[in-house]
Amino acid sequence: MQTDFVKKSILPGFTLSLGFTIFYLSLIVLIPLSMLFIKTSTLTFVQFWEVITAPRTLAAYGLSFGTAFAAACVNAVFGSIIAWVLVRYTFPGKRIVDALVDFPLALPTAVAGITLTELYAPTGWVGHFLQSVGIKGAFTPFGITVALTFIGLPFVVRTVQPVLEDLDPQIEEAAASLGADRWQTVRLIILPVIFPALLTGVTLAFARAIGEYGSVIFIAGNMPMKTEIAPLLIMTKLEQYDYAGATAIAIGMLLISFALLATANYFQWLTSKNLGKT
Amino acid sequence: MSIEVRNIHKKFGAFKALDNVSLKVEHGELLALLGPSGSGKTSLLRIVAGLDFHDSGQVLFSGQDAREQKVKDRGVGFVFQHYALFRHMTVFDNIAFGLRVQPPHLRPSEQAVRAKVMELLKLIQLEWVVDRFPWQLSGGQRQRIALARALAVKPRVLLLDEPFGSLDAQVRKELRMWLRRFHDEAHITTLFVTHDQEEALEVADRIVVMNQGRIEQVGTPEDVYHNPANAFVLNFLGNVNFFHCRLAEGKAIIGETELEVPGLSVDQPKIAKLYVRPNQFKLSRGPGKGSSLKAIVEYLNPAGTLVKATLKTETGERIHVEITQEEYRQLKLVKLMPVFVSLKDVSYSEYVQTAG
Ligand SMILES: Nc1ncnc2c1ncn2[C@@H]1O[C@H](COP(=O)(O)OP(=O)(O)O)[C@@H](O)[C@H]1O
Ligand SMILES: [Mg+2]
Repeated sequence: MQTDFVKKSILPGFTLSLGFTIFYLSLIVLIPLSMLFIKTSTLTFVQFWEVITAPRTLAAYGLSFGTAFAAACVNAVFGSIIAWVLVRYTFPGKRIVDALVDFPLALPTAVAGITLTELYAPTGWVGHFLQSVGIKGAFTPFGITVALTFIGLPFVVRTVQPVLEDLDPQIEEAAASLGADRWQTVRLIILPVIFPALLTGVTLAFARAIGEYGSVIFIAGNMPMKTEIAPLLIMTKLEQYDYAGATAIAIGMLLISFALLATANYFQWLTSKNLGKT
Repeated sequence: MSIEVRNIHKKFGAFKALDNVSLKVEHGELLALLGPSGSGKTSLLRIVAGLDFHDSGQVLFSGQDAREQKVKDRGVGFVFQHYALFRHMTVFDNIAFGLRVQPPHLRPSEQAVRAKVMELLKLIQLEWVVDRFPWQLSGGQRQRIALARALAVKPRVLLLDEPFGSLDAQVRKELRMWLRRFHDEAHITTLFVTHDQEEALEVADRIVVMNQGRIEQVGTPEDVYHNPANAFVLNFLGNVNFFHCRLAEGKAIIGETELEVPGLSVDQPKIAKLYVRPNQFKLSRGPGKGSSLKAIVEYLNPAGTLVKATLKTETGERIHVEITQEEYRQLKLVKLMPVFVSLKDVSYSEYVQTAG
């Protein structure tokens, strides 16, 4: 039987692979997600609202999304530069630098957290220096942002890198021959082309940073209302056997994240639809 | 503006891409750089544009050394083989780019930009694609847009790197005639790279033939075609047959056969290589009064302005011949038919290798 829904294609196995995709997504993503909603539904809406608008929850949300956003912005700039250097230049040790980019993904997050805390604590190498210019490193939103920047970097580099590799250097030469200076070339020629990929990378880094736990709790200090991130608040609730409260906070995060990701995807679509294929 | 390069050397690692190249493009001239792939044409063009650096030598724009001038200040319009259009910009924005990036005090108003872009689109006869993106255009259209984009900033010289190289034959022919007409009106000094001898012969005022990083010959199309400086130029500018032979008393002795060579005078016998263009043969059905080579028609292609035939001599050598349709009809040529080949009394080329 042939329906309109399944377009005839010479590629084999469409039905099978679609079925598999749906099954797999359900198993891995949808079922755990629905458990979240089922658990939360033991609360009434008023109770739910109270939990997610409690000052301590709001502060945690603000901190989590704020630092994740700041880290994503930092990564947008430096991730792009690193990707650029890796694509356009050859230098001794390039392969080592290239491998190092993935390091934050491979390192157990707790190890990263402890190391960063050591470094940024007032007695650490970096913390000591920061303190001398009047900045507190560890146990502040600044420290959290540092940790989140660390774990988010590979996402930006690895999404921007292939697009830059595809970018014909002759495009830049054409711009130069038409009288554009370096900055005009970057702003008008390179950025618009890598922007959709950059947005994807930044979104991934951001999403990862929102949920990050292991590398942050050591450096955060975990003072309620000040340096307590949302995932930690969830953990705290769980430890107090307040499962419904924990899932309520989680759902709050989920909804905000979803809205942000949808917006990012929309802009990604908007900026890439004119890029064509050639 | 005239362009002159003097004793340019360029190496990539140990490889000599350009080996002591000197040439001058006169003001308002259309000069073709012709050579096989890898002969250093692009390298030379990029050095003139300032996109690459030479190891030694000079590039002079109107007599002034351009070494200190950056690409963006040289006033060159560069057209790349693969167009290098900005794919995220419409045709309009592509062409307007060069005007819009000018420093504020020189930048024309948006209104003036629009007028200029429309004028250029009219020149390349593509007004109707103004709002399209490059990927929505055909190759020939893209190349014309690239040309318009380069022209927008009123370049003092135009550098074209195999601009029609990746287009199909028909579009290519149209565009090269268009370029010639455009040049005749605008008289902008143009350096044009191609590996297609037909293109160079048809379009250029003068041709520079390059090979392995060196210049083999410079001259008008007529000059390089009829008076090639060496065997390479002769070979590159069209099909040619060659024979090892002994020259004596106005005759070429090829194997056992003596062929009369019209207009040849040798004071002493020489061992030579004789180069003969396909249209310099005369075919006949019988041996005729003079001496001639006996051959059979191995391959025949009568579809074209000229009839092409491949002949195989008794010694197994192949000769590529072109005759007119009229001759073809008179001879009633068919495959595997024996014919007699002699040399016509028209221009020919010969290169003496050794005396003996
Ligand atoms: N960036 C480069 N690095 C190494 N070799 C190069 C580079 N550019 C060109 N070459 C070499 O220099 C020679 C001339 O190249 P090019 O100027 O592009 O020739 P053409 O345009 O006549 O085909 C070629 O053999 C090519 O391999
Ligand atoms: Mg080339």
